[in-house]
Amino acid sequence: MPANRTGSAGTSPTGSSPAAGALAAAAILGFAGGLVVSSFAGFRDFLPELLRGAAVTVQVAAGGSLVAVAMALLATAARLYAPLPLRWLAVAYVELFRGTSALVQLFWLFFVLPMFGISLSPMTAGIAALGLNIGAYGSEVMRGAIEAVPRSQWEAASALSLGRFRTLRRVILPQAFVTMIPPWGNLFIELLKATSLVSLITLSDLAFKAQQLNQTTLRTVEIFGIVLLIYLALSLLVTLAMRALEHRAGRRLLRGKETG
Amino acid sequence: MNESPASSSETPMVRFERVSKRYGALTVLDQLDLDVASGEKVAIIGPSGSGKTTVLRVLMALERIDDGVIHIDGEPLTHMPQGDSLVPADARHLRKMRGHIGMVFQHFNLFPHMSAVQNCMEAPISVLGLGKEEAHARAAELLTMVGLADKLDHHPAQLSGGQQQRVAIARALAMRPRVMLFDEVTSALDPELCGEVLNVIRELGSAHQLTMLMVTHQMGFAREFADRVCFFDAGRIAEQGSPEELFGNPQHERTRQFLRAVMEAI
Repeated sequence: MPANRTGSAGTSPTGSSPAAGALAAAAILGFAGGLVVSSFAGFRDFLPELLRGAAVTVQVAAGGSLVAVAMALLATAARLYAPLPLRWLAVAYVELFRGTSALVQLFWLFFVLPMFGISLSPMTAGIAALGLNIGAYGSEVMRGAIEAVPRSQWEAASALSLGRFRTLRRVILPQAFVTMIPPWGNLFIELLKATSLVSLITLSDLAFKAQQLNQTTLRTVEIFGIVLLIYLALSLLVTLAMRALEHRAGRRLLRGKETG
Repeated sequence: MNESPASSSETPMVRFERVSKRYGALTVLDQLDLDVASGEKVAIIGPSGSGKTTVLRVLMALERIDDGVIHIDGEPLTHMPQGDSLVPADARHLRKMRGHIGMVFQHFNLFPHMSAVQNCMEAPISVLGLGKEEAHARAAELLTMVGLADKLDHHPAQLSGGQQQRVAIARALAMRPRVMLFDEVTSALDPELCGEVLNVIRELGSAHQLTMLMVTHQMGFAREFADRVCFFDAGRIAEQGSPEELFGNPQHERTRQFLRAVMEAI
């Protein structure tokens, strides 16, 4: 069949399976981890403290991700389907938060807002700033994925008298969802790495703990070696989770593609 | 056996009244008048760019018309009465009127994330308000009718082009339309798969009082199946008549040219 429109959904659950990728990643990680454990005595000294920092990092990243997805959904819905003033507001949000640095946004929320009587805790400010920042990118990802679903799908739904909202929910979004998983994976990893910014607003995250330990012990190589591995391990976890999600969603969309 | 039903005095099922459609400077439909009687099968042929697919697309309300009025069974499709005058239809009116019409597309346009039976159940449930079981029964019955009883739970990617197109026909029929539109439904198929789709349409035509309009390049099928053949050229009907008249004794030079070119291609 030359006219296979499903291909335009842009996913190919073919090729290297996620299982193989996971195995390779685990092998690399295990090897590197083993090297560190065997060569650095510092691992035992610093790991507990650094893991406490990592817990804060994970908290900010998870909270930020939730905010990012919620903001992206809102902004996308507003930009595509809301009346004009709301649409402008959504466009302004996306451009403002994409066009300025995450660090400046964070400082605004934490240091500037209090001047106007709004004080946020460091954790809230961190989650909000990163969520708003990544959400602006995420809105672009969602809009692209929705617009990538062929027009003919809208027409087929129209011809069946399906309303616009119903079409979006039942026909368009399930197909767009598959396409937007990989770019969202990138964004979540971006967000994870950007959490190190919160060390600048007094949160004791992984980066903050590393600097603190480094200043008191000066064992720079060991400390930052371990920090590197912890960030890598966290981002690999995100990658694996997104791969699994992509695989599942893709299989549902193109069920039987491999067998057919 | 092919008396023109257009001559009957009852309300036509479909009426185009001086309908024009333009894309910028290009006029695709030029003050088109066309009546189709209830139960009539009309084949639309013509060179590409003659406006034949546009006829179906404006009838399905996928495109707005710039001039004129389209009526379905006496009721305006593109407009709605307000007081004494007709105003352009809103989304709600369009949705209601679309319910009378089913359309089958050249590229099937099935929903790839739904199985065959789900494709046929979606609209009856959400638009007609059918219960799940009732919708499933209706979908299964229609899929059986098009010869796909054993493929209910297959997804479009698991079906051949001909099978997908038959699902698309069943999906449109599940809404119980009174008018069916077929837009070059075999053009995207391998030649050996056309027959199974045409057979389904043939059976539909003989078993139901459906009004059918089909844009087609299959002159043989048009000749055998249609009550009337309309030859489109430059956004108008250049010539129309029974298949015998139009294929056997075309009056216009343009029609003869077109038919000669099509026959040579075979």
